[in-house]
Amino acid sequence: MNIVVTVKQVPDTWAEKKLDPATGTTDRKSVDNVMNEMDEYGVEEALKIKEAHGGEVTVVTMGPEKALETVRKALSMGADKAVHITDEALAGSDALQTSAALAKVISTLSPDIVITATEASDARGGVMGALLAERLGFPQLTQARKVTVDPGAGTVRIERQADNGYALVEASTPVVVGVVEKINQPRYPSFKGIMAAKKKPLTTLSVADAGLAADTVGLANAGSTVADAKPAPPRQSGTIVKDEGDGGTKAAEFLAAQKLI
Amino acid sequence: MAEVLVLVEHADGEPKKVTAELLTLARSLGEASAVFLGAPGTYAKAKDYLAQYGASTVYVVESEDVSDYVVAPVAEVLAKLVTDKAPAAVLTAATPDAREAAARTAAKTGSGLIWDAVGLTPELAATQGIFGGSTIVTSKVTKGTPIFAVRPNTTTPEAAPTTPVEEKVDITISDSARSAKILDRVVEAKSGRPDLTEAQIVVSGGRGLGAAEHFALVEKLADTLGAAVGASRAATDAGWYPHQNQVGQTGKTVSPQLYIAVGISGAIQHRAGMQTSKTIVAINKDPEAPIFEFADYGIVGDLFNVVPQLTDAVEKHKA
Repeated sequence: MNIVVTVKQVPDTWAEKKLDPATGTTDRKSVDNVMNEMDEYGVEEALKIKEAHGGEVTVVTMGPEKALETVRKALSMGADKAVHITDEALAGSDALQTSAALAKVISTLSPDIVITATEASDARGGVMGALLAERLGFPQLTQARKVTVDPGAGTVRIERQADNGYALVEASTPVVVGVVEKINQPRYPSFKGIMAAKKKPLTTLSVADAGLAADTVGLANAGSTVADAKPAPPRQSGTIVKDEGDGGTKAAEFLAAQKLI
Repeated sequence: MAEVLVLVEHADGEPKKVTAELLTLARSLGEASAVFLGAPGTYAKAKDYLAQYGASTVYVVESEDVSDYVVAPVAEVLAKLVTDKAPAAVLTAATPDAREAAARTAAKTGSGLIWDAVGLTPELAATQGIFGGSTIVTSKVTKGTPIFAVRPNTTTPEAAPTTPVEEKVDITISDSARSAKILDRVVEAKSGRPDLTEAQIVVSGGRGLGAAEHFALVEKLADTLGAAVGASRAATDAGWYPHQNQVGQTGKTVSPQLYIAVGISGAIQHRAGMQTSKTIVAINKDPEAPIFEFADYGIVGDLFNVVPQLTDAVEKHKA
């Protein structure tokens, strides 16, 4: 199995995030950046499939030089090699542009399975799996909470999460799998893994190296533009009461007064 | 007036409330055209509802080719309609399936996409609350046909009865769009409660509940209010409640009329998923809990006393 897994470096979810007023894009400089938490589930799933069926796991990311920290984390978890698409010209690319760039590079890797997380915690689009499937022309197996690979039949079966249960979905490889949080328990990189990661092959591609047209990437060619951004008016704290044995009754009175019940 | 396409959100033909919201929003922008895609025989159940909420036209595809495969066929139909009808915009719900369909449609038609819109002006400027609602952004699509995935519960549905023109879409779904086949749909939790993202009232439980079985308190209050049940990440991580009910940065984002947080401290992880709720009520024994900094009404006390009493009082009020 030739497995590709995408990862993204994002601002830490415990930090207050802001937009860069100059570009209307996420300010990635003023905060700690980490691997998108959900991507850890993607990397883990890739490693599990490799361990069960053999093969190789390639990590692909797009982002500034700093994003290498996230690539190294995936390599230290056990991925075999990595491709880092990085270029000043890519800054400000939207999800549609990013999916086109990733798909272009991924298609050169001839994968059987492309794994991506359902969403990144910064933009929360939840569309990358669908977009990669569209761009690559692969079946879309997204929102997966369980993945079963049958290498003999060349099929992948998933449980696609729904609000009230799941759909059982099957497709023939090559496929794009989008995993949800909690599909597995991501491993921690071991000391050995961290040491080994430093020697693993890393390919760095510029826009030109990746064969992308310069007039399609970056903020200037994005499909939408931010006209205005401002902090939401802060929520004011309301009435806080200490329960004197009638707290529940008082809360119901509040709800009734607000015509909420 | 220019047409605005609305992808109908439904369960086996029964329209979801967000469909009425999208049709209402579409009518403020132009002429609302509903796009109904479902299994054979399902459209009949949606027909009156779409007329009630003012669809001027309904484009219909009733086929297993659209109902039995994941998302790609929906995008094929929407992309064809974008090309054939040249609408002013396309609106979908910002639900997992519909936003994936919106994204693929954008890719197919070379259009820009804005997701989680909470408002749209007639000039098609979209408002979004990003970073968990802490920043309000206004943006516009600059390429192709603007496509918006609109967050449920952000428009008040208004009826505007019409007699829609029905048009069967002449399309053959491609083989490549029929590659991810749905073999079975398994219903696990038939709670009878509203969908978390659509509910007018949400009652969520967190770490303070202490154990899975104590979620019964939250469920009882929710059922008394006709509410959906949510959970904080601490509660889903502990395995006390299913992951799909998680509200927060890495779970669902909700903006109901009323949000009741039971035993939830209100750290940024949780706040990001619920701070756009209209009214927030918090019950927590820790007076220092961050949730009290932004709750409209807070009770500092033992949830095991407060919640049953609140449930009783709501029951009495309703009786």
